[in-house]
Amino acid sequence: MSRDRQYRPRPGLVLDVDRSTPPVLMHHGEQLRLQKLPADRSRIIYPPEPLEPIEDPARAVREALASPVGSDPLSARLFAGMKLTIAFDDVSLPLPPMRRPDVRQLVIESVLDLAADAGVDDVHLIAALALHRRMTDAELRHVVGDRVYEAFAPRGTLYNHDAEDPEAMVVLGTTDHGEEVQISKRAAESDLVVYVNLNLVAMDGGWKSTATGLSGYRALRHHHNPATMTRSRSFMDRHNSELHHSNWRQGEVLRSAGVEVFQIETTVNNDLYGDGPMSVLAKREWEWNVRDRASFMASRAALDRLPAAGRRKVLHGWRAPYGLTSVQAGEVEAVHELTTAQVHRQQLVPVEGQTDVLLFGLPYISPYNVDSIMNPILVHCLGLGYFFNLYRGRPLVREGGVVIMSHPTTPEFNPVHHPSYIDFFEEVLPETTDPTVMAERFEKRYAEDEWYRHLYRTGNAYHGVHPFYMWYWGAHALEHLGGVVVLGGDPATVRRLGYRPASTMDDALEIASDIVGPRPTITYFKNPPLMMADVT
Amino acid sequence: MTGPTTADAQRKRPLRGEALVFEDSPARFGLARLASSLRPGAGAGTGPLRHTEDFAPPAIDADSWVRIRPRLAGICGSDLAAVDGRSSRWFEPIVSLPFVPGHEVVADHDGRRVVLEPVLGCVARGVHPLCGACANGDLGRCERLSHGHLEPGLQTGFCESTGGAWASEMSAHLSQLHEVPDELDDTAAVMVEPTACALHAALSAGIASEDTTAVIGAGTMGLAVVAAIARHCPPRQLVVAARHPHQQDLARSLAGSLPTTVATDAQLIRAVRRVTGTMVIGSGAQQRCTGGVDVTIDCVGTSSSLALALAVTRPGGRVVMVGMPGVTTVDLTPLWQREIALSGAYTYGTERLDGTEYRTFDLAMELVAAADLGALVSATYPLSRSTDAIAHAAAAGRRGATKICFDPQGTR
Repeated sequence: MSRDRQYRPRPGLVLDVDRSTPPVLMHHGEQLRLQKLPADRSRIIYPPEPLEPIEDPARAVREALASPVGSDPLSARLFAGMKLTIAFDDVSLPLPPMRRPDVRQLVIESVLDLAADAGVDDVHLIAALALHRRMTDAELRHVVGDRVYEAFAPRGTLYNHDAEDPEAMVVLGTTDHGEEVQISKRAAESDLVVYVNLNLVAMDGGWKSTATGLSGYRALRHHHNPATMTRSRSFMDRHNSELHHSNWRQGEVLRSAGVEVFQIETTVNNDLYGDGPMSVLAKREWEWNVRDRASFMASRAALDRLPAAGRRKVLHGWRAPYGLTSVQAGEVEAVHELTTAQVHRQQLVPVEGQTDVLLFGLPYISPYNVDSIMNPILVHCLGLGYFFNLYRGRPLVREGGVVIMSHPTTPEFNPVHHPSYIDFFEEVLPETTDPTVMAERFEKRYAEDEWYRHLYRTGNAYHGVHPFYMWYWGAHALEHLGGVVVLGGDPATVRRLGYRPASTMDDALEIASDIVGPRPTITYFKNPPLMMADVT
Repeated sequence: MTGPTTADAQRKRPLRGEALVFEDSPARFGLARLASSLRPGAGAGTGPLRHTEDFAPPAIDADSWVRIRPRLAGICGSDLAAVDGRSSRWFEPIVSLPFVPGHEVVADHDGRRVVLEPVLGCVARGVHPLCGACANGDLGRCERLSHGHLEPGLQTGFCESTGGAWASEMSAHLSQLHEVPDELDDTAAVMVEPTACALHAALSAGIASEDTTAVIGAGTMGLAVVAAIARHCPPRQLVVAARHPHQQDLARSLAGSLPTTVATDAQLIRAVRRVTGTMVIGSGAQQRCTGGVDVTIDCVGTSSSLALALAVTRPGGRVVMVGMPGVTTVDLTPLWQREIALSGAYTYGTERLDGTEYRTFDLAMELVAAADLGALVSATYPLSRSTDAIAHAAAAGRRGATKICFDPQGTR
């Protein structure tokens, strides 16, 4: 990002819509829309502008490793003959992927420099993907950089975590809540695990990194379930998230079992588009100049005219110019508190009061469709899971309120990445959309299905149970809301999700009015770039 | 049935009436084939099928032949194939032209309602001694379909001598007639013949209670097969490929309490995979289950349905073809490599259930009543609207219909 010295990022903003408010930009999957909102009862929440990035990221990383919190310097914890495992966040972070060099590359290179200085030669690098799909070689190379990739991948010491390899996983105990704790055997047997995070949202990091990223179904099922998710309010707010409480308990077991973790967490600003032609997407509409308008019109027309495959190629090829805003290293919990504050510094927007109707424009990407298709289950997950839960305090929408999501929601799936999603859509959703019911009736069979296991372990498929987790991600919202409307979605698909389709915003608001009453208040959560509402 | 009466003898005299006649016209047969390549059912307007109000049904001068007056006559897949010029040339020696189509029929005879068992076997043809199959009661396997005192014809509706049900009057041998009980109305009764085909197919498939079974197709035949399987030979799990939403609903309904998964054709491989715990390999046309169901019943009879059947049937399993296939191009490598047995199921005769023999038609009448298969009759047309009727039947699935019938007396 090229910014002058006087650059002062503006905080997030809640704009009350009046008659002079211009139509607002709304993502609609792989397309863009302009939407006029009703005056005098609508408001738009804009994200803060990108924080100024750290000028010398490599130096910031070195300093963090040398001056960690709650821990000796990393160099003091490295010694010749030790087993060192470096685990790192997978392809689901950040979104979209960042331009080279990825922050993880900078961190891993610094860690490896220190390890080399200490004479450590037994080093493994593991993509801590839990039950996500295996990263491709190109994706691994992008994250760790050419130098690290060339040094480790050919020797088989840079690889994807495999939660279904019975020889490579170990159960270390159970929490006082009866939750099993399972982890990569390599990590468990290492003298030190260095976990390298890229914390895009407040949910990421902490004990969730090790206890989830390096774990498997046997442990994950204890917190990736409907009961836990409905008690996580929200799962973006660590201290009020049962998901995190469970992970923290599992972390305690890891610690008690002698697993030494040196946590490195990094944050980036929300500069998705830089100063190029896409920058209009991050601007506030009333500040658009002629060039911005032309740029928007051209982008919209091009995306509308391109075939779906072409749109996908263009959009998923985008690499964001994020800037590093902080690096924290040391003891897991101490590090995570600092990191969360940094995420909040970039993303938190104070919002007063709840709304009757909450409006999202869902973009083309979610954590689980990088270089892939946003299938209907991921639409549910992004809208009712991620976007709905981007709050602290209380939900943006009142209990019994309505969420309107703008997205085409076509029944398209990537059969390589999401094979069990297809079956989930064809078999489970026609039977039930109730997370608890589907968990009881279907989850185990999908989790233990040999074909899904085979595709997860040898291909690039998400684990068989993953679509269930994506559905559970929306469990809190499903319990809280009075209805969900999908604007511009394929009607049959939308109905299968248990939602109501609407072809226009007027239709959507009319459907919403049937649930929440006439002239509802409306809040448009204009996301991305990512932000989090601090609702009082 | 009762023996021939004086009234029957009088009715043997030809009475001129309304009929749809399939003429001996190779040129029109070709035109029908061409037209139907653009739109299924279009052969009715251009092909050899001709509507006439001045048709004199041929008389059969032999014992036990009577005249019957069709009340409802169904349009079957084999009828559509003939009308559209797509019948296999295999039929040439066992069909005689011109003929009046129509073999699914409920008719009036001597003041009673009857259904016709249309296979023209040795008894109807006056062939003595009976062939081995007819002697065993396996009428559909008769070896004398072009012999005896009738012109060649495997069934009524494909035989010049007998006429057919797409007419106001036709001939029938007394051995072909089954009296309809009062509890079956006409729409139920006209379903007896296709249901008998479905029953025969289901029972001949050898489905065991621990098996998994797939049914491909959910038109009249597929749905009746589902009903037959559910009633007489329920497997551990049934998977039905049904293309249209109403077919999917009907398949679930007819399966009753039988554990059943309903999928579209495109979803079938995945559905079978889920049910059988197998894996899927290959992509596109080469996609298949590594294992699969024990038995597949193909009620469509096209190249793609047979290929799909082979893709979802386990090594050592069985595929039964009920839908009339015609000339079909399919890669039989899986048949060889996976040692799958392929067999046909044609019409009916005698079934063996738990050591007891039953006429298939008797079982069919009971099944039609029990499963309310008369509800599958979606629309009836007078003979004069044959083009509309054929078009409706050819597009039945897309138009939310199942069985289309003619009302030969024009009284509905």
